[in-house]
Amino acid sequence: MAKRRMKFTFPPELITRPVIYEIAQRFQVVTNIRRADVAEERGWVVLELDGAAEDIERAVEWVMTLNVRVDPIEGDVVEG
Amino acid sequence: MSYTKALRCRECGREYSLEPIHVCEFCFGPLEVVYDYAAMAGGVTRENIILGPYSMWRYRDLLPVGEGEVVDINAGFTPLIPANNLGRTLGLKNLYLKNDCVNPSYSFKDRVVSVAATKAREFGFKTLACASTGNLACAVAAHGAKAGLETYVFIPADLEQGKIVGAAIYGPTLVAVEGSYDEVNRLCSELADRYPWAFVNINIRPYYAEGSKTLGYEVAEQLGWRAPDWAIVPVASGSMFTKIYKGFKELEHIGLLNNGVDTHMVVAQARGCSPIVNAFEQETLNIRPVKPHTIAKSLAIGNPADGYYALKTIRESHGAAVAVMDPEVVEGMKLLAETEGIFAETAGGVAIAALKHLVAADAIGAEDVTVVYVTGSGLKTQEAVADALGPRLVIKPTVHSFEEAVKEAGKVVP
Ligand SMILES: Cc1ncc(COP(=O)(O)O)c(C=O)c1O
Ligand SMILES: [Zn+2]
Repeated sequence: MAKRRMKFTFPPELITRPVIYEIAQRFQVVTNIRRADVAEERGWVVLELDGAAEDIERAVEWVMTLNVRVDPIEGDVVEG
Repeated sequence: MSYTKALRCRECGREYSLEPIHVCEFCFGPLEVVYDYAAMAGGVTRENIILGPYSMWRYRDLLPVGEGEVVDINAGFTPLIPANNLGRTLGLKNLYLKNDCVNPSYSFKDRVVSVAATKAREFGFKTLACASTGNLACAVAAHGAKAGLETYVFIPADLEQGKIVGAAIYGPTLVAVEGSYDEVNRLCSELADRYPWAFVNINIRPYYAEGSKTLGYEVAEQLGWRAPDWAIVPVASGSMFTKIYKGFKELEHIGLLNNGVDTHMVVAQARGCSPIVNAFEQETLNIRPVKPHTIAKSLAIGNPADGYYALKTIRESHGAAVAVMDPEVVEGMKLLAETEGIFAETAGGVAIAALKHLVAADAIGAEDVTVVYVTGSGLKTQEAVADALGPRLVIKPTVHSFEEAVKEAGKVVP
């Protein structure tokens, strides 16, 4: 089992769609919202995704196809 | 005179005081230094820049440092060379090379680290540290030595010998990690939480990254206070790329340029590690991390921190993104050396190869002012080209043996 923290930023046309609920329905992934800020124009959530690594990967891949911006949160975001 | 105001989240805009922090507590977005540009426009002139030192510190007023002494081993103000021979070969009349091979530790990383080491000392840290693909290790070790700071550098164990020696000579604690750069990075993030160290590319990152703006300032000054039409940049995390553009824009904003910035910004990557080019080609702003496999090890970052912002910069500047194969990288290094006398590292080969792609696609006009950023020296990555060079003539110490060998090699003695 794996756990990953990700930030999803939603474009306006997706604000009202229950994307996070859909993730849980479509994939064997448990979602846990850690922080969120949703306004009329734009919204983001920081999520913990819990599941098999491949399932998490498929879920993230699906979310990307919806035009959601996906950023990793872990410390793996620095440079050389 | 410092014109810094605060740190600001690039995502939600929340402001923070100028501390050694790098992420927004609210939304986890990256923090960036903000300046008082109105005051800067009133205080900074071409004249006082021109009278400044022959180093990146001639732009001190545009960098996020205080009034004290900076940690300076003379990074920056490197030559901008008209590349007449290479230009003729490619059919370009205004091609220039920004030769950052000639920095004190032989790459552009001296620019970012000079700022980072200065901030580390300002904040009162005793230890300077980094995760590195190689060049940063050399720059951190060198500046750490000059600043009298304890220095820890973490590198992937499979790095080129030239980079290992090039860092070790300054006497840091050099830690070779058995893993990829992205794994080294993750480890360092954990260490940064644990120890009160100045990790230049973690907690000092907002300041550190600003050092690369000087690559934009210098090129504009050296072109006669104008931004180029094209800037071709070898990219790993995307940080330097976005900051070069920010450098051009800032000079325009404070009224120091003769032209408006209309620079096409080009990301150059090796196909064996091209997450930013891939996203550009797929017309998305989402980066899909990759496992690097390329001889361009200094660019081997599979999960680029500033990938999203680099893609935004390409869009805003009507730029491009080009990936090249490893054999093209070697060809690019040789072409640069044979036409212009500059021995660049693999990153330079990537940039030259990308330039050739753009020329082949007729993207660049013959008169366009084009700058290729050559960001590190070839002496550190000799393995990459050693096998691709012409044979040596081995002879007895006699004239006869010499002339035999020359004939055999198919050469005509002039
Ligand atoms: C020689 C050289 N060029 C270019 C880069 C890319 O810089 P950035 O990570 O800011 O994209 C690096 C980074 O490691 C480098 O060492
Ligand atoms: Zn924020």
